[in-house]
Amino acid sequence: MDKVQDNRAWFLIIPVFLIVAFSAVIPLMTVVNYSVQEIFGPGQTFFVGTEWFEAVLKDDRLHDALVRQIIYSLAVLAIEIPLGIVIALGMPGGRSAKTSLTLVLLALPLLIPFNVVGTIWQIFGRGDIGLLGATFRAIGIDYNYTNNSAHAWLTVLVMDVWHWTSLVALLCYAGLQSIPPAFYQAAKIDGASKWAVFRYIQLPKMRGVLIIAVLLRFMDSFMIYTEPFVLTGGGPGNSTTFLSQYLTQMAVGQFDIGKAAAFSIVYFLIVLLFSFIFYTIITRTGEGEKK
Amino acid sequence: MATIQFDNLGHSYHPHPNRPEDYALRRLSQEWEDGKAYALLGPSGCGKSTLLNIISGLLVPSEGRVLFDGLDVTRCTPEERNIAQVFQFPVIYDTMTVYENLAFPLRNRKVPAADVDRRVRQVAEALDLTADLKKRAQRLTPDAKQKISMGRGLVRSDVAAILFDEPLTVIDPHTKWILRRKLRQIHEEYRLTMIYVTHDQVEALTFADKVAVMYEGAMVQLGTPQELFENPQHTFVGYFIGSPGINLMPCTLGNDHALVDGIAIPLPDRAVPSVGGKFELGIRPEFLELTRSGSAGAIPVQVTGVDDLGTSKLATVRLNNHTLKVRLSEEQEIPALDAAIHFPTRWTKLYRDSHLVG
Repeated sequence: MDKVQDNRAWFLIIPVFLIVAFSAVIPLMTVVNYSVQEIFGPGQTFFVGTEWFEAVLKDDRLHDALVRQIIYSLAVLAIEIPLGIVIALGMPGGRSAKTSLTLVLLALPLLIPFNVVGTIWQIFGRGDIGLLGATFRAIGIDYNYTNNSAHAWLTVLVMDVWHWTSLVALLCYAGLQSIPPAFYQAAKIDGASKWAVFRYIQLPKMRGVLIIAVLLRFMDSFMIYTEPFVLTGGGPGNSTTFLSQYLTQMAVGQFDIGKAAAFSIVYFLIVLLFSFIFYTIITRTGEGEKK
Repeated sequence: MATIQFDNLGHSYHPHPNRPEDYALRRLSQEWEDGKAYALLGPSGCGKSTLLNIISGLLVPSEGRVLFDGLDVTRCTPEERNIAQVFQFPVIYDTMTVYENLAFPLRNRKVPAADVDRRVRQVAEALDLTADLKKRAQRLTPDAKQKISMGRGLVRSDVAAILFDEPLTVIDPHTKWILRRKLRQIHEEYRLTMIYVTHDQVEALTFADKVAVMYEGAMVQLGTPQELFENPQHTFVGYFIGSPGINLMPCTLGNDHALVDGIAIPLPDRAVPSVGGKFELGIRPEFLELTRSGSAGAIPVQVTGVDDLGTSKLATVRLNNHTLKVRLSEEQEIPALDAAIHFPTRWTKLYRDSHLVG
């Protein structure tokens, strides 16, 4: 058999090759390039090796932001995942007007642009004209997110819960809807309690969507920027300055390009590492039970 | 174990049914004996699943009552009725081991651990699952999963009845045969009341003591496999049971005979009301006799084809415009030119509007 030998195959992969190169590889490599240079201006750069990385790893403000960020993301997961599951369990099933209405209501927060969410909560929480702030004031709680760190921090958290719990609920709802009715009938016949139905049927069937929900909510909350930027601008003090804010201040505010690039790479690796850990833990939990 | 009674039972999914067609299950009064194996047989959409769900308590009938041992359970949940049910597709608890799956219905009922262990091992042994007891249920083949589903149905010894809703659909033919025999054995050993829904006549006839044939929402006959074969009460039973099904020809009535295209065929010696309706004459291919013309009572026919089935032969003959099937033994010769058929009176059935009248 004659084999046709030519290089036409290369033409076929060129489009994908170019897209990946321009959308991912080249920008990422540019950042790597910046992270090992001192940059004074266009054309005025010289190589500094790992100096920026050392500076980043020793940066106390960055450490604070990282700790704040981790606590924040864990809090987001600890609230949104269980709450989303509970909401999904309580949602009406089947095709009815009630179902459609619930789905639309739940989807609404997801459709609002991030900075609008920030603005909504900024006004909502104001003591003079905001419904939430004024209510707190009326019942005697001195709530003020602009000068009380705890209040600011909690407001950012509640805002995130308001904004994103719907996503978890909708994902879980999709998982629950895929369970055939025979499973519930069999459980009834087997005399299973409500808790057993949840533990042995609903939860295992939701595992797939829960992995996605946890990863999405972790990555998104770990990279949160717009909403706290609009609501508090990172303050009071640095109380709501998360990693993205600090990075932006460094890169845009102080024009510290080299350090910011090193920071970006470390940031990227942290997100990657945490996602990997979560993914492994969740899939292992399933695997472990198999043995 | 319980005797199951249906008292004027009927179900319609319409809110205000008035025509018979509105009923998924038409009016039914019957008593099913304790400890027997029953099969509900019929094509899809005939109402057999509706009836099964009413018996199990997953569906509350719109009319009539269900009684277990004389006790009205119409509105009781499956748990209160104490029934077990096996579904068409395997229902297993993914995160549990096979052992935990089988033990689940017992543990939920707070059965002592020692009894649970004994029962689970017994059932696992009967279903050939002993080697898999420690494995996670999710990892098994569909066959094994369905065995677990069946095992969970069988594991409780005190159930009123075990219901099977086409449980062998997902099982490959060879395993199907083994499992059916296993079920039969388990039934003979424990004398459980079993109700088995299927659209496969072989499954129904080999499994059950009594088969209920359902057609368009009505139970057209309840009887032993032999009764269904020898004395079909409805043309549908004749057609659905047996392969090929019963031969049917439209006819009119004479005094003590039926007339098919003017040819007289003697009828059993029974009073036949000659009033109204559409009459049909029916006879099973197994009972129709092929002879030579000239013998007494023989009606000349034309043989159009013969299929050799290995253990028997199946001849197709034409009587005017009617095509009839005749089953013959392997040795029997087929007359080439002067073939005729004979209708033994005993096996000749007369149907009016599809129902047996004589």
